[in-house]
Amino acid sequence: MTELLRIADLTVAPASLPQRLLVDGVSFAIAAGRTTCVVGESGSGKSLTALSVMGLLPGALRRASGSIQFQGKELTGYSSEQMQDIRGKRIGMIFQEPMTSLNPVLNIGFQIGESLTAHLGLTGKALKSRVDALLEQVGIPVARAGSYPDELSGGQRQRVMIAMAIACEPAMLIADEPTTALDVTVQAQILTLLAELKQRMNMGMLFITHDFGVVADIADDVAVMFRGRIVESGPVESVLGNPQHPYTKALLDCVPDAEGKKPLKPIDYDWLEETA
Amino acid sequence: MSEIILSAKGLTKTYRQRGGRFGFGTTLVKALDDVSVEVKQGTTLAVVGESGSGKSTLARCLLQLQPLDKGEVLFEGRDLAALSGSHLRAARRHLQMVFQDPFASLNPRMKVGDIVAEGLVIHRLGNADERRAKVQAMLQRVGLSAADMGKYPHEFSGGQRQRVGIARALILEPRVVVCDEPVSALDVSIQAQILLLLKELQREMGLSYLFISHDLRVVRHIADEVAVMHKGRVVERGDVASLYANPQQEYTRNLLNSIPGRHRQAS
Repeated sequence: MTELLRIADLTVAPASLPQRLLVDGVSFAIAAGRTTCVVGESGSGKSLTALSVMGLLPGALRRASGSIQFQGKELTGYSSEQMQDIRGKRIGMIFQEPMTSLNPVLNIGFQIGESLTAHLGLTGKALKSRVDALLEQVGIPVARAGSYPDELSGGQRQRVMIAMAIACEPAMLIADEPTTALDVTVQAQILTLLAELKQRMNMGMLFITHDFGVVADIADDVAVMFRGRIVESGPVESVLGNPQHPYTKALLDCVPDAEGKKPLKPIDYDWLEETA
Repeated sequence: MSEIILSAKGLTKTYRQRGGRFGFGTTLVKALDDVSVEVKQGTTLAVVGESGSGKSTLARCLLQLQPLDKGEVLFEGRDLAALSGSHLRAARRHLQMVFQDPFASLNPRMKVGDIVAEGLVIHRLGNADERRAKVQAMLQRVGLSAADMGKYPHEFSGGQRQRVGIARALILEPRVVVCDEPVSALDVSIQAQILLLLKELQREMGLSYLFISHDLRVVRHIADEVAVMHKGRVVERGDVASLYANPQQEYTRNLLNSIPGRHRQAS
């Protein structure tokens, strides 16, 4: 397996408060064709980890230390121009809310084509045929290329986002809660589509979610984050089937099961603090 | 035990929606199309459906927050749709609601003590001292403290705000509580706390719930009976265990099959 991404000892803190670590010594690696899910509650640092990789941390935050290697190259020293060449071309991105990521006054065909023109210089007929092929790949009728985002359903918008993300055939895809805003049946379709594309294109995928059900469906490997740290990581079967860390166990005990067999148990944070 | 406390019969509600490229022309959307549901005393009926299925419209129409086109809502033997003004207000004391978004449903300029007490004031229950004592007891019951009465909503986390929303609904000692996605904005650990709290309070106060949700895992946990909504209609209903084990409709089967993590667990 070719290793794509290696994050080592990543630390993120507010510029004004460097001792307050929001991401605290995070390390993991992703290989081509594998999906790593980073799972955690809100504020655990999972989104900041993803944003760090893309060099898109909010202005008030700084990467305090750590290394991010992508295809053997250290990204942390890259200028913003160099990062622009990576983002959208070699690392595709999908976010939670497709409506805020799409431009409402441009049709979807144009928006999918934008990165193809910017990164690969495609224009005219070549551009159009590539956009059509992408639409087909994500399951949107080619005739809808002229549609505007408000004419599409939530699931279709997310398919457009996926088409944009994979347009330049990136080696890696970063997806931050891409199905959280979707209905459950649509979520299932999008997860299936992402798994298929990953397989076919042999992409590595960094998938951020708060939902262990989604983790079970899509992950090869899992990293559980709690208060900025990875408390447990490993193959999905062992982390979900045989969790070792008290927080992982406690978090799994909060998830209602579809069979209704398991009693719910909220997390006792005081107890956790003592044991952990 | 299985006395029906709230029943809705043949509810129909149509919205006019602006359509077309520039919003000229209108289309009619049937949000509720001949919907009938029943809530039994002391139990929970969950209404599940995807966005646009009409489940929130159902909640609002049951409480008469929105007028119905057709149908009747029988609560303790009276048709709410036929009541108005002070009669409706009196009936609503026993029919309360907990909302989805604990950030939007609490007035940011009111202290939590006043938010919870407002229902008592509106229904002219007790004097100031009695109200104060009641609010204090209710806040403690939902896991907050007396000191929280003087705080404003922004000083609380999402889960704590939802506790305030529950205290506000329960202080009037309602018979039926309509919960519209009460845990869907919360982290899973907080969600578990709130679900357990709702169950405890149901036992203690003999409450009946109508629980609106899109999350089938949550519904499996909280409901006694389930009604599945799709495009404004109830497509299937039944008790929760048998409906999950043996769904009759294609739509329900598809919904249950889409629950994330189900396949991995099964295999």
